Amino acid sequence: MVLNRVTVGRIAALARIDIAEEEADALAAELGAILGWVETLNEVDTDDIAPMTSVGGHSLPWRADEVDDGGYPDRILSNAPDAAGAFFAVPKVVE
Amino acid sequence: MMRRLGVADIRAGLASRKFSAVELVQDRLAALEDAEALNAAVTLMPERALEAARVADRRRAAGEPALPLDGVPVAVKDLFCTEGVRTTASSAMLEGFVPPYESTVTANLIAAGAALTAKTNLDEFAMGSSTATSYFGPAVNPWKARGDGRPRAPGGSSGGSAALVAASVVPAALGTDTGGSIRQPAAFCGVVGLKPTYGRCSRWGIVAFASSLDQAGPITRSVRDAAILLAAMSGHDPRDSTSARQPVPDFEAALGGGVRGLRIGVPLEYRVDGMPDELDALWRAGAGWLKEAGAEIVDISLPHTHYALPAYYIVAPAEASSNLARYDGVRYGLRASADAIEEQYARTRRTGFGAEVRRRVLIGTYVLSAGYYDAYYTKAQRVRRLIARDFEQAFGKVDAVLTPTAPTAAFPLGEKMDDPIAMYLNDVFTVPASLAGLPAVSLPAGLDGEGLPLGLHLIGRPFDEETVLRAAEALEAAAGFDAEPEFVR
Amino acid sequence: MSALIEGRDGAWEYAIGLEVHAQVASAAKLFSGAPTAFGAEPNTQVSLVDAAMPGMLPVINRVCVEQAVRTGLGFGGAIARHSVFDRKNYFYPDLPQGYQISQYSDPVVVGGTVEIPGRTVQITRLHLEQDAGKSVHDRDPDRTLIDLNRAGVALMEIVSEPDLRSPEEAADFLTRLRALLRWLGTCDGNMQEGSLRCDANVSVRRPGAELGTRTEIKNLNSIRFLREAIEYEGRRQVEVIESGGEVVQETRLFDPDRGETRAMRTKEDAHDYRYFPDPDLLPLELDEAFIEAVRASMPELPESRRRRFVGELGLSDYDAALLTAERARADYFEAAAAGRDAKQAANWVAGELLGRLNREGLEIEAAPIPAAGLGELIDLIADGTLSGRMGREVFEAMWETGGPAAVIVEERGLKQISDTGALEGLVDELLAREADKAAEYRAGRTKLLGFFVGQVMKATGGKANPKLVNALLRARLEE
Repeated sequence: MVLNRVTVGRIAALARIDIAEEEADALAAELGAILGWVETLNEVDTDDIAPMTSVGGHSLPWRADEVDDGGYPDRILSNAPDAAGAFFAVPKVVE
Repeated sequence: MMRRLGVADIRAGLASRKFSAVELVQDRLAALEDAEALNAAVTLMPERALEAARVADRRRAAGEPALPLDGVPVAVKDLFCTEGVRTTASSAMLEGFVPPYESTVTANLIAAGAALTAKTNLDEFAMGSSTATSYFGPAVNPWKARGDGRPRAPGGSSGGSAALVAASVVPAALGTDTGGSIRQPAAFCGVVGLKPTYGRCSRWGIVAFASSLDQAGPITRSVRDAAILLAAMSGHDPRDSTSARQPVPDFEAALGGGVRGLRIGVPLEYRVDGMPDELDALWRAGAGWLKEAGAEIVDISLPHTHYALPAYYIVAPAEASSNLARYDGVRYGLRASADAIEEQYARTRRTGFGAEVRRRVLIGTYVLSAGYYDAYYTKAQRVRRLIARDFEQAFGKVDAVLTPTAPTAAFPLGEKMDDPIAMYLNDVFTVPASLAGLPAVSLPAGLDGEGLPLGLHLIGRPFDEETVLRAAEALEAAAGFDAEPEFVR
Repeated sequence: MSALIEGRDGAWEYAIGLEVHAQVASAAKLFSGAPTAFGAEPNTQVSLVDAAMPGMLPVINRVCVEQAVRTGLGFGGAIARHSVFDRKNYFYPDLPQGYQISQYSDPVVVGGTVEIPGRTVQITRLHLEQDAGKSVHDRDPDRTLIDLNRAGVALMEIVSEPDLRSPEEAADFLTRLRALLRWLGTCDGNMQEGSLRCDANVSVRRPGAELGTRTEIKNLNSIRFLREAIEYEGRRQVEVIESGGEVVQETRLFDPDRGETRAMRTKEDAHDYRYFPDPDLLPLELDEAFIEAVRASMPELPESRRRRFVGELGLSDYDAALLTAERARADYFEAAAAGRDAKQAANWVAGELLGRLNREGLEIEAAPIPAAGLGELIDLIADGTLSGRMGREVFEAMWETGGPAAVIVEERGLKQISDTGALEGLVDELLAREADKAAEYRAGRTKLLGFFVGQVMKATGGKANPKLVNALLRARLEE
């Protein structure tokens, strides 16, 4: 697996992680090496094998439709980097 | 001398009034300060711990029945959210984060009377096998090699917890294990580390790394202490959909049963190329000890073992890339200032995450992205099923599986940092049980030629921690591991 | 009704599919115990789970699953025994987790139909997902403010096939679907409060040709805007094609002030949602017993009820359709009609009551006259205590005061005089006084009957039973 810097740029954009121009090639090589290594999985015949998406046999548990949470905006906002009244605040988003 | 007291010893000492919980906790808090050179604790909680000790002493004075962990000092990996005490995941991203809530597992320990004394250092967001990816700098293994005297890595990601237990600063600590993060540092530090069955301990309030793999567990100096801790940590939690509705057995009562009649599997695929002779010899010795104690040793095959690590390095980063999306600088944690939101995201996540976390988030993003999902993620999940199936088949023949814990003893601090794949290979023996969700324990079984501890690893059936603990206790007795690291000598 | 767009060189046909987001009627959110009520102070209805604090985990609300299944059964969809919650990964400040928990490859309901006049519309699927929070852009000059009260509220996304052929059909479909959701009690259908929102996928083609390239118009929050947006978008696409261009597959927003759609700045193709099964949740397995229990709890569906009103109760098609347009209406009617002449009850509910509600802009739930009260009024007319005209007077009084009919009749002395003896006396007296007119009647001027009736009614202050008065006068005049 060889990754190029364009692909790394696309992935970094999806992950919202800034990548410096000068590190793109090195990162591409590094990630490419890891991906090349995990591709050893292609040696395994997995025809007719269902993907294992969860561990354990029990079924999805559910909660009753009861209001037993919320009502504490102070706790919700206690770590906010920026707030305006009871709102979280971020730089203006333009749609 | 309170230093070497284990959990069971403390229980007995308090009951016979040899010391008070406050005396013990004060002593251990002082020890924490003396252990600063290990860089194993990132936040101390003296008030919390002393208050718990005072409550325990009052309970005793009032003649009330003691709680299972009354006055027991416990260090907590800084991945468990603790109410009112900053919880960082050893990341710049959460440097100032103070959770307004307490994780289920730490709440269970508090309810059992434990005195939580410190939050311990870890690899950032539990991603690593050295505790060197921590924002707070690397933790140090209290063990040193005889030859070079270079400081050694405590392993990771629960390296701070393992180091504090190994240095006898605390009798017990909490870790989390995603691919070996309790067991590998336990082996590196010469202590006992138990990863319970997936679903045994609630994940609620533990900063998530890879949801389908993360599991909390104890790090102690004896198998018995691990059993005592596990009992207090476990139990169904309705707030965690993956928490198992399984009764919590009296794990301590399962001890002392011996291994007579147990069948222990030795998987040939774990005999990997380049395994140090000493480790191979220790593994054989372990099998011999169990045989002498009455177990039957059975050669087994786990044919897909070789593929566990690559499958893990697709599944875990994929889940992590999504689990770490919430660190966006909007509601809590670091925010790098910018004029536009998109710029703010990219800078915040660039600054807040270290190199290894960024690497895994990028790998995870890639393997889930359009056009690659099936080739990587789905493929890995299929292989994961094959690995789980290998174990199911093996457990038709044997009651537990014996392997080494890690392919080497503790490596020098700073090594392997520039070679991710070499670092990942540390987990080669621990990852298969993680993918299958099985309980597994590492216990110290000997020293290598340089005087560094080596661990043996037992894997059991789902929710059969009792057999794992029983077999571990037999190994513990036979190995007679009583060496202490230079740090405490 | 389908409608064609007249282009410069021939007609074009719409192909429209809707994606409807319906807020599930539930007390708590889809994966947390925080409340869902509308209009609360910012961030007061937010749990640690909804704010995606580190280590927080989702646990699904049973009622939300039941509501999705109920809705699916309501439109005849197949309920999946096995469905999966996936994560849809994207960044937005009001999306706390950095992903939306949704259902991608295995939704809880597959298939189904909704009838609109002249067409059966196929439903593709229904799935459960989380709503996002709210971004407020206009309160602060430099910042966007985030309120997470809605974050994590359960939504049903209901997707139709591109079967709709005109803006009117799209409006009909949404109207019918909304009525069904309200009927089932699975969504309150309130479009103003955002409980029901709609995206429209619009394309045009030559009649009968392959589907053209579609655009998606986001977030239409009224049926009128839906109609206007599609209307505009169809014409725009025809214009693009006829002037040699190509329709670009994109997401567009409707500007109600200008009546236009415009392309969104963020391009949909930049998204790569990286769906994968949420490892914090297990697959949703529904057994037969669960589905049957939901089915058993369902109200009779509108179509079946309409047929029963016509077939068993003898209502006209028109009245039956009117009375089954809303479940509350049908319930009200059946309660008012219980043990009585159903047609009479239908006349009162469909005529007097709905007319008054309409004038006052009220829903039937807000009617000041309870169904049982209207039933009592109908009884008083049936047993002759009240005339029809008096009945309407009592109805008005009941509406104003909320009091029961019998009390109003008593208080206002509105009882109809049906005592033959008393009325005979009045008739005899009148005929004696107006002997000339009586003679004229007997000579053939029978339209004088009205005069005589009027005189008796006047003498009784309007309380005489008009039928009885008619009969008595005729008997006397024609003997």
